Amino acid sequence: MITIDANGRPINARPGEMLLDALRRAGLSVPTLCHVEGLPPSGACRMCVVEVEGQRALVPSCALPVSEGMKVRTHSPRALRARKTIVELLLANHPDDCLYCVRSGACRLQDLAEELGVRQRRYGGARTASKVDTSSPSIIRDPDKCILCGKCVRVCEEVQGVSAIDFHGRGSRTRVSTAFDEGLNVSSCINCGQCILACPTGALREQSHVKEVLAALDDPKKFVVVQHAPAVSVTLAEEFGLKPGTDIAGQMTAVLRGLGFQRVFDASLAADLTVMEEASELVDRLRSGGRLPMMTSCSPGWIKLVEQAYPDFIENLSTCKSPQQMLGALVKSYFAERQSLDPAQIFSVSVAPCTAKKFEAERPEMARGGAADVDAVLTTRELAQIIRMRGLDVGALAPGPADSPLGERSTAGKLFGASGGAAEAVLRTLHFMLTGKELEQPRMPALRGPKGLKETRVRIGDLDLGVAVASGLASARRLLEDIREGRRRDLQFIEVMTCPGGCVAGGGQPLGAGPEAVEARMQALYRIDRDERVRTAHGNESVGRLYREYLGRPLSNRSRKLLHTRYARRDVVL
Amino acid sequence: MIAPDIDFILRRHAGAGRDALIPILQEVQEAHGYLSREAIICVSRHLGLPASKVCGVATFYNEFRFRAPGKFHVQVCRGTACHVKRSARLLDATATALGIKPGETSRDGLFSLEAVACVGACALAPVLAVNGEFHACVGPDSVRRILDFYRGKAARDGTDGG
Ligand code: SF4
Ligand code: SF4
Ligand code: SF4
Ligand code: FES
Repeated sequence: MITIDANGRPINARPGEMLLDALRRAGLSVPTLCHVEGLPPSGACRMCVVEVEGQRALVPSCALPVSEGMKVRTHSPRALRARKTIVELLLANHPDDCLYCVRSGACRLQDLAEELGVRQRRYGGARTASKVDTSSPSIIRDPDKCILCGKCVRVCEEVQGVSAIDFHGRGSRTRVSTAFDEGLNVSSCINCGQCILACPTGALREQSHVKEVLAALDDPKKFVVVQHAPAVSVTLAEEFGLKPGTDIAGQMTAVLRGLGFQRVFDASLAADLTVMEEASELVDRLRSGGRLPMMTSCSPGWIKLVEQAYPDFIENLSTCKSPQQMLGALVKSYFAERQSLDPAQIFSVSVAPCTAKKFEAERPEMARGGAADVDAVLTTRELAQIIRMRGLDVGALAPGPADSPLGERSTAGKLFGASGGAAEAVLRTLHFMLTGKELEQPRMPALRGPKGLKETRVRIGDLDLGVAVASGLASARRLLEDIREGRRRDLQFIEVMTCPGGCVAGGGQPLGAGPEAVEARMQALYRIDRDERVRTAHGNESVGRLYREYLGRPLSNRSRKLLHTRYARRDVVL
Repeated sequence: MIAPDIDFILRRHAGAGRDALIPILQEVQEAHGYLSREAIICVSRHLGLPASKVCGVATFYNEFRFRAPGKFHVQVCRGTACHVKRSARLLDATATALGIKPGETSRDGLFSLEAVACVGACALAPVLAVNGEFHACVGPDSVRRILDFYRGKAARDGTDGG
């Protein structure tokens, strides 16, 4: 540890770390616009400048390594003036759109303008009038609101390994765009929405389905049902000012009923089904010499990456649909039959932590008879917006239970919300299927936590299974490259989640969550798994009943028809 | 299908890394007169770079064109001497007359427009060059006349831009 002097107060710093990190740890907040925690500094925005004794110019603290005895002033008049000028220059060609902007209230640029006391337009610049790109089913790009901080570009490349977007042109004509300025829909974008989380402004947002959902809720001829993904109940609370990691499953169910949804289903139950199907599929592949390692298929961004960049691995993907699409298929078949409802009358909504789920719901394979299984997908953020719009108070409602028959889950399905959770859930059931006995230690610490790549070996009877878990597609790509080179013959089962840390950090989740918040969200899921009794998919009585009454058994013809799908090579410009 | 000439260029850069990107793009432009979408995709595959990145690098430099040049390639000099003689206005007038921006090619394929650094004919400033033929001391008013001359020429040749 070394000591530096910040605003006349000694603070501790780790040798080699950047000044910004030491300052933040000491509780001194220095604003940033281009800094991405965990990635190398880019030094593009200069918002983080501080005064360092002995240096003439202001220094960006995000890119300055600490040194013993360093004396800094974080909020000197000079530093403040510089920051204010930067914001004023950024605003020079910015549309004054705050009143109509999705980000209003959660916009870093707006916050900083307010904090620094910008009260008038000091610089007038020529406005650009770029086309808003609405081509993607998941992401909308509004380049006029872009301040060229580069965070989206770096996240897309360094965290996701996709590089769908980059800086184009130069000087005053610099912009962020796709290859050949084509629509995001035909680009290599995998719809993950991590760029939305990174963006400090309203330049990136999700393709909203709020209007469609409200219209369905107001339509007396529609029977509107909703499902919520495992990672939503542990993040929604943040939108209402509660601490990250607060689980409000019960209140959320009550609120969804209050909004007028006629049934509230839990996608974690469908995750339990995924476990049953996927574990059976793995048993099958292990016994019949099928393609290994088998790779999970519940994350639609990952699926698109394989289809476009790794078609040689398509056969490794489990044929299971994602929990969202399994539940969607059951709602318009099993549930409709039981209720004597015409499937065409049902409007099926999914609340997901994910923007790629919007893309997934629109995939042609996810429809039967021309009608989509899932009609609309709301992100956690959009659900919060609807709740606010309808004036409901999440805290004031008494918790309600989910609806039968598609509402009761085990904790295994719930674990799908954190990276490693799906693998853990599948291994519990795989063990039971192969040995008839429960795993002695169902909790697998090696597969938990936010790391990009986690591995373990599991003994099941006389089988010694190599398991890897990747989250963040850059990590997944490294793993795939290793497998392609023949270096990982020891692996039989791989879980991949598109977003770093899994769905708890999905692109549709509440904004402004740092690594600690993501960790807290994970812990909330782990607590649920620790505290509840039914911890395996095969132990879930509702799953048993579903198979008895309707599906037969895992991988039966009906299961295959409703719960499984196919993937195909996609021709996109990489 | 890779065009044979691009294939030839890429072969010359077998095993090259990303630092070969700009030389390769220059050679492709030399061969084709511009960087087509297909050519950029071939180059990005060859170097293992995302196409968005290659487009990013290529659009950073003024020297690269992304549309096939027209039958008549119009260059307006933006060097210092021409600048002093108000070549900015000349460029605007030419762009208006052609209905295209620098770097673009007219829809009929007849004209393309480019702003270039000093062409070395400062005594003639401001200079407008068409396929290398210099027109001296061009005021904004004479642009249309010059362009019409080439239009007439194309009509006489019985060709369009193809
Ligand atoms: S991006 Fe921020 S500053 Fe710009 S209009 Fe939206 S809220 Fe206002
Ligand atoms: S959604 Fe994901 S893949 Fe698409 S541009 Fe954003 S970060 Fe890249
Ligand atoms: S779109 Fe957002 S994240 Fe990307 S460069 Fe612009 S302001 Fe930054
Ligand atoms: S945050 Fe330090 S330069 Fe942008």
